[in-house]
Amino acid sequence: MLELRNVSYRVEQDSAGKEILKNISLTIKERFVAVTGPNGGGKSTLAKVLAGIIVPTEGRIFLDGEDITDLSITERAKRGISFAFQQPVRFKGITVKDLIALAAGKKLSTAEVCDYLSEVGLCARDYVNREVNASLSGGELKRIEIATVMARGTALSIFDEPEAGIDLWSFQNLIHVFEEMYNKIQGSILIISHQERILNIADKIIVIAGGELSRTGTREEILPELLNTVGTCPKQK
Amino acid sequence: MDEIQKTLLEQVAGLHEVPAGAYNLRINGEAGGRNTTANIDIVPKTDVSGIDIIIQPGTKNESVHIPVLLSQSGLKECVYNDFYIGEDCDVTIVAGCGIHNGGDAASEHSGVHRFFLKKNARIKYVEKHYGSGEGTGERVMNPTTEITLDEGAYMEMDTVQIKGVDSTKRVTKAVLGEDATLVIKEKLMTHGKQTAETEFTVDLNGKGASADVVSRSVAKDSSHQVFLSKINGNNACTGHTECDAIIMDSASVSAIPEITANHLEASLIHEAAIGKIAGEQIIKLMTLGLTEEEAEAQIINGFLK
Repeated sequence: MLELRNVSYRVEQDSAGKEILKNISLTIKERFVAVTGPNGGGKSTLAKVLAGIIVPTEGRIFLDGEDITDLSITERAKRGISFAFQQPVRFKGITVKDLIALAAGKKLSTAEVCDYLSEVGLCARDYVNREVNASLSGGELKRIEIATVMARGTALSIFDEPEAGIDLWSFQNLIHVFEEMYNKIQGSILIISHQERILNIADKIIVIAGGELSRTGTREEILPELLNTVGTCPKQK
Repeated sequence: MDEIQKTLLEQVAGLHEVPAGAYNLRINGEAGGRNTTANIDIVPKTDVSGIDIIIQPGTKNESVHIPVLLSQSGLKECVYNDFYIGEDCDVTIVAGCGIHNGGDAASEHSGVHRFFLKKNARIKYVEKHYGSGEGTGERVMNPTTEITLDEGAYMEMDTVQIKGVDSTKRVTKAVLGEDATLVIKEKLMTHGKQTAETEFTVDLNGKGASADVVSRSVAKDSSHQVFLSKINGNNACTGHTECDAIIMDSASVSAIPEITANHLEASLIHEAAIGKIAGEQIIKLMTLGLTEEEAEAQIINGFLK
């Protein structure tokens, strides 16, 4: 179970402060939670706060009752938090196999690596020994990024807009990947997404806007009103 | 061979014992064994220290190993090795030098390797340099490589220096004829107060000649590296040189490109990038459970692989 108590994140900008996250408190115990909301609303910042990449200026974070606010990225990873970047990082010289083995924390056979790659819809044989460098397309990198999180198989897997940069045709398969993951994975999945089809399989939906927790509830509660407001400018409301 | 020498041999040639095929082993300035084959002859020079390696035309799938091991502190030597590669050959040549300096006097190996490739000959040349030993004596290596490629000849040169060499000046000069190809891959890592200077000069003289000179390096602690690369396009040719370096701690790296096109159809490219390890690379590996130090080691390992 993940709990945020009064989490705020403020940055100094042009001698004035800007609040990226404002006093967010929430509890996540469901197995599949989607975070959605307008661009620039603070969703990615929230995900980075959970992974330990960004340290909040105020508030505390608890994982299964333990205060993890002051733990490093590494320590949180070891306690079971995984994070798939919205823009995956490239590495010269590190192969797909190396990266997935690092994620799994053990040596993997080519067959095991292939299993993970197949699950994210990559023809494994073509990728195992390729470097995770600029020769891979954005979509390929995103899939490999998802595979690294799957290989970790931890208590909490966070995905920052997995659909971004993936073409619509591949997106159909991606939905399937998350449905499968939901069935297989032991822990919780927290996914930042704008896609109705992903929101549709969530047990809980959290809406973040303007750095604040705007709404939270089951998909039956949140989805209808969310779809009704599509197309309206929030400032006009 | 004693244990230290065996370790050196493994580091520079990947060998546990004497290799199969043609070889010439030099230990502490003296001959340590030699084998020739029907197609590959090795002849000691009479005027200076060194050997001539003569490979008959048409020799294929054979290899020559010429490792040099120095384990005696304070030894300084200069060796001249010439390689004559006949037409249509396809062979692998593995050279390498390992210095173990357990004493206080500087040990130094300077090797001048000259390659003469005849028409359509192909070689892969692998050169590894390694230093070890607890002594305060410096381990110095200054390899010079001179390459002459005739029409249609192809040479791939992999040169690696990952550990333990205190000071090195590496000079490589190549002259390419018509349709000749040269591919150089250099991998370098310096640490402590080491200095490494590499200088490549490639003359693309023949029509259709091409050269690709790529260096990847890591400079740690307060070490210093200089990468100098000159490519002269004197005919319709293609040339590419690239320096990709990671700096850490208080190390410094200079990359000095010089590409000169003396012909309208010469197409030359230079790329150079120097910088520290990208922060997001470290963060990504930390989210996989690695510590910052482990993440750095993985990134460098991959980069120099």
